Amino acid sequence: MSRQLAGTGTLLRFALRRDRVLLPVWVAVNALMVLSMPDTLRTLYATAAQRADLRHQMTGNASLRAMVGPVFDDSLGALTAWRVGVYAGALAAVMSLLVVLRHTRDEEESGRQELISSGMVGRRAPLTAALLAAAVANTALCVLIVAGLAGQGRAGALALGLGVAGAGMVLATAAAITAQLTESARLARGLTAAVLGAAFVLRAAGDAASSAGSSVLTWLSPLGWLENLRAFAAERWWVLLLFAAATALQTLVAYALAGRRDIGMSFLPTRPGPAAGRLGTAGALAWRLQRGSVLGWSTGFFLAGVVYGGLTDGAARLVGDNARAREIFQRMGGRSGLTDAFLAAMIGMLGLVAALYVVSSVLRLNGEETSGRAEPVLAGAVGRLRWAAGHLLIAFGGSALIMLLAGLGFAVGYGRQIGPVLGACLLQVAAVWVIGGLAVLLHGVLPQGAPAAWGAAGAALLIGWIGPALNVPRAVLGLSPFGHLPKLPGGHLDWTPVGVLLALAALLVAGGLAGLRRRDLAG
Amino acid sequence: MTQAITVSGLHKSFGRTHALNGLDLDVEAGEVHGFLGPNGAGKSTAIRVLLGLLRADAGAAQVLGRDPWRDAVEVHRRIAYVPGDVTLWRSLSGGEVIDLYGRLRGGLDQRRRAELIRRFELDPAKKGRTYSKGNRQKVALVAAFASDVDLLILDEPTSGLDPLMEEVFQACVEEERDRGRTVLLSSHILSEVEELCDRVSIIRKGRTVESGSLTDLRHLTRTSVSAELAGPPNGLAHLPGVHDLDVQGRRVRLQVDTDHLDAVLRSLSATGVRSLTSTPPTLEELFLRHYADEVTA
Repeated sequence: MSRQLAGTGTLLRFALRRDRVLLPVWVAVNALMVLSMPDTLRTLYATAAQRADLRHQMTGNASLRAMVGPVFDDSLGALTAWRVGVYAGALAAVMSLLVVLRHTRDEEESGRQELISSGMVGRRAPLTAALLAAAVANTALCVLIVAGLAGQGRAGALALGLGVAGAGMVLATAAAITAQLTESARLARGLTAAVLGAAFVLRAAGDAASSAGSSVLTWLSPLGWLENLRAFAAERWWVLLLFAAATALQTLVAYALAGRRDIGMSFLPTRPGPAAGRLGTAGALAWRLQRGSVLGWSTGFFLAGVVYGGLTDGAARLVGDNARAREIFQRMGGRSGLTDAFLAAMIGMLGLVAALYVVSSVLRLNGEETSGRAEPVLAGAVGRLRWAAGHLLIAFGGSALIMLLAGLGFAVGYGRQIGPVLGACLLQVAAVWVIGGLAVLLHGVLPQGAPAAWGAAGAALLIGWIGPALNVPRAVLGLSPFGHLPKLPGGHLDWTPVGVLLALAALLVAGGLAGLRRRDLAG
Repeated sequence: MTQAITVSGLHKSFGRTHALNGLDLDVEAGEVHGFLGPNGAGKSTAIRVLLGLLRADAGAAQVLGRDPWRDAVEVHRRIAYVPGDVTLWRSLSGGEVIDLYGRLRGGLDQRRRAELIRRFELDPAKKGRTYSKGNRQKVALVAAFASDVDLLILDEPTSGLDPLMEEVFQACVEEERDRGRTVLLSSHILSEVEELCDRVSIIRKGRTVESGSLTDLRHLTRTSVSAELAGPPNGLAHLPGVHDLDVQGRRVRLQVDTDHLDAVLRSLSATGVRSLTSTPPTLEELFLRHYADEVTA
């Protein structure tokens, strides 16, 4: 066994050295988000009475629970855990899955692992080092949360910290399994992200389905466990065992799989391709490279539409005459009926997630260029604009497509107001395109810094997710392009902001393309 | 048009690094032109400027009579390029990539494609991830040689090929020349360049230090002479152009500037020659001479 792990220490130090910027940034952003929450809450809900009122309004409403989860107590700590717990856990999960795959399947796919493994490195060392790196990051996050929130109650801080780190480790070990399944790191990331997405939807669906708080569905999701740990509200410590058990079980499966395969190989084998190809243009190549991801996102958005559409009726029925809930819904979704407000809020959520798609798709350009694969293509009779156009068509057209499919999902799950719901979905695209345009601009002008576009998408997600339920000033909401969209269905359709957003997106894309034409090819 | 590539006074900097520092290069249509230089001399940068992937800071470059930056697409229709480090898409098969590259140029000769795949012993059905370095290079080479183009730009194209495949490669380059195509071959495998190239340009630190046919270049360098004489030599040390003279009784070894070979031979035959070997300078010596001072500096 010890021989199997030889070199783990060296590999772990090496991994932490390689991630010396990435991990601290992930941990710091996540911790800051959590630690700033008590102050924000204190500003927004100054008195205990106001907080008690908030809690009262939030409970007993299925649609609110689906969106923001159940509130278990009205202390600042409990409200913090309620408002950012799931989001912090999801962020820790994304960080963990990226770290694990970066040091396992990415290394094998690139061929770097061969050279490493030719040294005094045991067969299980790379996977172990990757999991330990994720553990180090999650531990640091846990320590920061516990230290920073101790003032709100030590037990609650410990529970929240452990729960967030636990969600991270569950996804880290899930990534350890997908790393064994596919030869492509990109596909492994997609599969693990799909697991996380499912955890997210299950938590929402489970919380909406039962008026008592959480149903069976919630308990299928590690994010649901995090919520049901009830940090700062009579903690249920035994829930931590679920995190531990899932982490241990998945680790065992990953090691068992890893021990049964050769380096660089996978359990989902690569089949030979055609000996002759039909690809003849840069656009066809772009589609070939991105079609898998478009298919995955389309499926996910359609299913999310069906699920959220199915929740809509129950949401409207349960909301009753709850004035406070109505107010929050109106901030999220506009001023008309609660059904409309719920639909608008859910559609807005999907729009925020679509921003992640558009960034990942636009950054394909960046990946093609920096990997050197774009060079022989551009050495052919292909102009840079034609080359970029193929990928951008998929990025921008694809984001419209997935929102359209989300709308069709709502039509299946909800079945009424089909036209207005479809229109509301498509309207989100204007804001999505602004984020996409920003990615194009970054790639065109500053290719090394293009991944910063993830930061823009993440910030929009953060503002859109946390902002409305807490009376955040309009100026902050306005930083995100999504803050300027009319609340549809139900609200007043004002074309002016939509036109401004579209014009801004066009301007950003044009600026990016102009930069791309003028600069040297990177890589 | 007799010039396939004309470059004069090309400059390109990356931050404080001056990759190209007044590069000149002339490649005539129909020739195989060797492009030599040590690692980091600026060969790949020059090639990427010629492909319009980088924009030169100063100087003029023309490829097939056009500006490679402004008219990139038109120029590329008649160019095939093979990079030194070929990266492929993991999800695409070699055959698909060959056809893609071909279609992105002037088009692909299917008969030649099939023939080249056979000669290079390439399995076109394998996916990008599963090819070795040499096989990835074969994918790019098959696509280049099967493409219907006028100019091939090959940037260290054989670094991963085995000796048998190296031979196939050389035969393919000869065929390209016979078909009247122009080849710019960047390489540091000197035997390959000696075998294939009509003319060479040697660059160093982003500047051309030597350019011409191999015969021309040899004139600029020294010939090694070793001889066994009838008696002890005299006066050799005083002849101009003689270097590294080593006399052991009646055996003589020396280097002589090729311009002064005649006087040395006359002096030797005056003493009486029993045996004589004279070796023209190899490209390697040529090359080393240009970089020797860099090594000592």
